[in-house]
Amino acid sequence: MYRKIMNRILFGKRQVHDHYTVLKRNIIIIMLLITIIPLTTMIIINYFQYRSHLRNQIMAPLYAMAEKTRHSFELFLDQRLAIIRFISTAYSFKELGDKQNIEKILISLKKECCGFVDIGLINSEGDLISYAGPYTLLGKNYSEQISFQETQIKGQYISNVFLGHRKYPHIVIAVQHLKDDGQTWILKATIDTDFFDILISSMGLARQTDTFLVNKDGILQTNSIYYGNTLQKCSIEIPLNSFKSSSVERTDSSNRDIIVVTSPFSIADYILVIVQPHSVAMESWYALKTEMIIIFLISLTIILFAILKMTDVLIKRIKTSDENRETALAELQHAQKLSSIGRLAAGVAHEINNPLAIINQKAGLMEDLIDLSKNFDKKAKFTELTGSILKSVERCRKITHRLLGFSKRIDVKIEPINVNNVITEVFEFLEKDILYRRIDICMNLSDSLKIIQSDHGQIEQMLLNLLTNAFAAIKDLGMVGVETANNKDGGIRIKIKDNGCGIPKNIIKNIYDPFFSTKKEKGTGLGLSITYGIIKKLGGNISVESTQGEGSLFIVDLPEKSDETESADE
Amino acid sequence: MNNEKIKILLIDDEEEFASTLAERLELRGYVAKIAKGGESGISLIAHESFDIVLLDLMMPGLNGLDTLKQIKIINKHLPVILLTGHGSVQGGTEGMRIGAFDFLMKPLDIKKLIKKIQLAINNE
Repeated sequence: MYRKIMNRILFGKRQVHDHYTVLKRNIIIIMLLITIIPLTTMIIINYFQYRSHLRNQIMAPLYAMAEKTRHSFELFLDQRLAIIRFISTAYSFKELGDKQNIEKILISLKKECCGFVDIGLINSEGDLISYAGPYTLLGKNYSEQISFQETQIKGQYISNVFLGHRKYPHIVIAVQHLKDDGQTWILKATIDTDFFDILISSMGLARQTDTFLVNKDGILQTNSIYYGNTLQKCSIEIPLNSFKSSSVERTDSSNRDIIVVTSPFSIADYILVIVQPHSVAMESWYALKTEMIIIFLISLTIILFAILKMTDVLIKRIKTSDENRETALAELQHAQKLSSIGRLAAGVAHEINNPLAIINQKAGLMEDLIDLSKNFDKKAKFTELTGSILKSVERCRKITHRLLGFSKRIDVKIEPINVNNVITEVFEFLEKDILYRRIDICMNLSDSLKIIQSDHGQIEQMLLNLLTNAFAAIKDLGMVGVETANNKDGGIRIKIKDNGCGIPKNIIKNIYDPFFSTKKEKGTGLGLSITYGIIKKLGGNISVESTQGEGSLFIVDLPEKSDETESADE
Repeated sequence: MNNEKIKILLIDDEEEFASTLAERLELRGYVAKIAKGGESGISLIAHESFDIVLLDLMMPGLNGLDTLKQIKIINKHLPVILLTGHGSVQGGTEGMRIGAFDFLMKPLDIKKLIKKIQLAINNE
């Protein structure tokens, strides 16, 4: 199943599972694995490394900013506490109890330090005995309030934010003063929180970043951009019990991933909160991630393309070389077949040829004697019989001659040869035939034809066979052309052309097979087979182009030097 | 030329063949003499005069081509027609290069042989 799917992917359509398809698939899979596994591993490792590294880089400034801002807040509150403490020290209980004095002090405070709203003096019983400010609080008892109790214990107090009478958020700060006689009194002041907003806006925060204060119950102490207004419950969950700066990751009500950095105050129950969306904080990381993915995908595409292309070329080469090897093997087998047939044929022909010559002469003599004798009974019959014997001998003769030629056991003698001369000699040999049949010979022999190292006798035999065939193919008055030329590889080319009957397409591949003949009793079917054997023996090549009814062209290529070892087995 | 005067030497190791051929030539009015090998053929040529020699190429002992060379040394102008059972023209053309008049393949066609003999004699 897996293989089928792989093949579908790699080759598009259903194919026969031949050797090359399997090979191609395996190569592609292996190459993909050995390239993609390291690449993917590297990308994954880089991904996590960069992420943790960048995260640290991004968080550090957020922490620093939270600490800095908290510090500014604390400094502001500390300053206000110091002023109140100074007043409690500078003025006596009595002086502060004077209404005029305390109003004068409030005016000075408002003038010199921003934010003060009112100021009041509370005795050890918790009664407000002196007050300057917009409210009518004089005489109110604070002994049951947490602010009073906490100031009694800690010596100072900073309240959570509350809404004053004009619906402005305020906080109360209070300090305890210890009198010489052991009695205590408390000086408290109300401050509006406008300055908080000024401090936050001076932080120069990045876009979409929210900064605010919450108390230990998670109630907002300043306005938040996204998570509620002052004195509302903060809509995101914030870690409230941490004693030092920390960070958490949350998803807010509008489904944004956010980073929450908190820094708790040491002098008040406030926590400074900076909220930054992931998308802003990790912007550089997202850009890097996108780049990494794009690079990965591009590399993957290139690798995939290269592998497919390379495998294709590789498989094609393998296929071609396999085919070449098979062809060479087939040719070798063919040559061996010819050679063994030849040896067998030669043995038979040799043994038969001599008795055949004797039969021929004996029958001939009988014929002569019959011719010379006077008429006798059945003379005609005897003449016919001897004629028939002679005719049969003639047929046998043709066969044995061709068989012998096919497998001659002559040592190949390699010597320098000018093929033009051999051609001329062969034509001299055929001169009578040419004259008798009035054949038009068209010679086009190259003057600069290279001298090749080859066997004279074999070339002669080969040319004689090809020319005899050409003569047989043409009618009287036909044309036979011979042409020689140099080949680029140092060898030579001989072309023998006729305008005879041509070779039918369906038999053209059989013409070199032994005993294949179209001439019926006239031929032995060995001529071209011998020719083929000779040319191969000399390291050459033969090819044929033929059109039925128009003639044939035999092209023989002979090498510059025939290899002697090649012919040694013959 | 008158046939009766033509003397033919037939050098062939195959006795049956040679004797039959000689008989047929004699029936046609030639004088034919047989030598069974190259050596005896050469000695006959040295002692007698012949008008033409029919020489088999494939013989034990002194072979046809070597015999031909010897004959050509003794009498350069004596025409020699080679006979061969061998299917190739190699031996024939080689012989013709040495000086043979022509060559014929066994089994022989007597008419062709007579024609060649006449040609050779007339050439002389």
